[in-house]
Amino acid sequence: MAKLNKEEAQALIQEVLEVYPEKAKKDRAKHLAVNDTAEAKTCVTSNRKSLPGVMTIRGCAYAGSKGVVWGPIKDMIHISHGPVGCGQYSRAGRRNYYVGTTGVDSFGTMNFTSDFQEKDIVFGGDKKLSKLITEIEQLFPLNRGISVQSECPIGLIGDDIEAVSKASSKEIGKPVIPVRCEGFRGVSQSLGHHIANDAIRDHVFDREGGSEGIEPGQYDVAILGDYNIGGDAWSSRILLEEMGLRVVAQWSGDGTLAEMEQTPKVKLNLLHCYRSMNYISRHMEEKYGIPWVEYNFFGPTKIAESLRKIASYFDDSIKEGAEKVIAKYQAMCDEIIAKYRPRLEGKKVMLYVGGLRPRHVIGAYEDLGMEVVGTGYEFGHNDDYDRTRNDVGNATLIYDDVTGFEFEEFVKRVKPDLVGSGVKEKYIFQKMGVPFRQMHSWDYSGPYHGYDGFAIFAKDMDMTLNNPCWSKLTPPWKQRPEAEQKAVA
Amino acid sequence: MANIIISQATEGGLTFYMPKKDLEVPVKSLEFNQPHKWGGALTLADGQRYYIDPLDTMPSLPKSLRAKRMD
Ligand code: SF4
Repeated sequence: MAKLNKEEAQALIQEVLEVYPEKAKKDRAKHLAVNDTAEAKTCVTSNRKSLPGVMTIRGCAYAGSKGVVWGPIKDMIHISHGPVGCGQYSRAGRRNYYVGTTGVDSFGTMNFTSDFQEKDIVFGGDKKLSKLITEIEQLFPLNRGISVQSECPIGLIGDDIEAVSKASSKEIGKPVIPVRCEGFRGVSQSLGHHIANDAIRDHVFDREGGSEGIEPGQYDVAILGDYNIGGDAWSSRILLEEMGLRVVAQWSGDGTLAEMEQTPKVKLNLLHCYRSMNYISRHMEEKYGIPWVEYNFFGPTKIAESLRKIASYFDDSIKEGAEKVIAKYQAMCDEIIAKYRPRLEGKKVMLYVGGLRPRHVIGAYEDLGMEVVGTGYEFGHNDDYDRTRNDVGNATLIYDDVTGFEFEEFVKRVKPDLVGSGVKEKYIFQKMGVPFRQMHSWDYSGPYHGYDGFAIFAKDMDMTLNNPCWSKLTPPWKQRPEAEQKAVA
Repeated sequence: MANIIISQATEGGLTFYMPKKDLEVPVKSLEFNQPHKWGGALTLADGQRYYIDPLDTMPSLPKSLRAKRMD
């Protein structure tokens, strides 16, 4: 279907909003918009409480802290403090890869929980927590520290996890970091990122007895906001190293406590996911004078742009290095584009993802000749939408905290050739016959960052879009007779 | 009163950032911008006005400050 123009898109939004009661309609209208690059500001309202009764796709603050920021720090043990479900049902689902021996010196895919029962809710769980920490220390002596990730009940019953953490930290001689990321705080996982960032600021940077770290060098950089989904951070890291930089820390995919402690000594912070780690970047800029730069490693155009931007903070040897890297991979990219672009050219994509991908992956699609006709954030804020405006074209649908209903209706009407969103949306759209890619976990594929990632990205998109199964969705007895006759002839 | 951060913008000038509102806007004008007096009334690119108590020295940016809405 041809792309909607601005009026049609506006009308579509109105039509979709029709089903809501008056008040809900008014509220949701503020979250939906049609992009207009001519305007000075986006007019989407974001980071507001979801409407009761609609199906939202958001997570909770605990998910933002334990799942996103803290969870991937592999050499620490992250206790899901509270009932067992929050941690168990999200265990190992994010595919942040790491190297290490799980259960010995790395704990990324394991679930540690205080497993609250009724009596803990009634009498408080502080004793249990302190016992749990002692047990962890006995069973997993190679852990480098522990973080206590509060689930909802902890805040509700008023447990004092700070006091327990302090005492336990003394007992085991390692950092025990209390994180007040109860799920009910804030409107989405976004506040969890902020709380987690603040906990790092207060308990990792300012910790007495922190490690000395390695000798700082003049080309030290840290990768912030890359969670190594399917190996993303690794395929980014090699490019930076090839151009002559030294990556001393990865936050937090495949990261360690020591890397976090080393970060205040770097020369430049490289920020991939702005939403989840801008807080700590701003803090480091203010306190340690470390500049930060946002970059985007999806698709060759953006990669080249980002490599040059990063290099501009360093001397000529790095700038030359960046050019060398870009030149080196040029041939490879040309080959990928020559192969896949003819198969994907002109296809339309609708996205609905988390904190950075709704805008970051657009470049990669464009490199393949595809067009993004709708995009939105689960938990983006104003500043994210401001950054998105220039990445998408006019008349692109923008939807904040989209509800299940709206998303389905938009897809039915816009008829994109591909939808990129999360696992909760996947099967709905596949059953509707729309090719779908999970853009949170890369659909069990990846990495997608960097030049190597682009090759995989292009292959995956082609594999999904041009899969023969999509033409087989109508059973033979429901096929229209003309089609049948054609088949016979 | 709200917490804000004033920082140097990459394209020159200053940026105003208010975490609570996720407001990230260029600063259009600053009342006092001298070595010995810095602060005062701030006008943002979107027309909002804030006031920060003047400091006696020019701070090293970025700097966390408290700002008051003026209108
Ligand atoms: S909202 Fe509360 S109970 Fe639900 S997953 Fe988050 S922390 Fe657990």
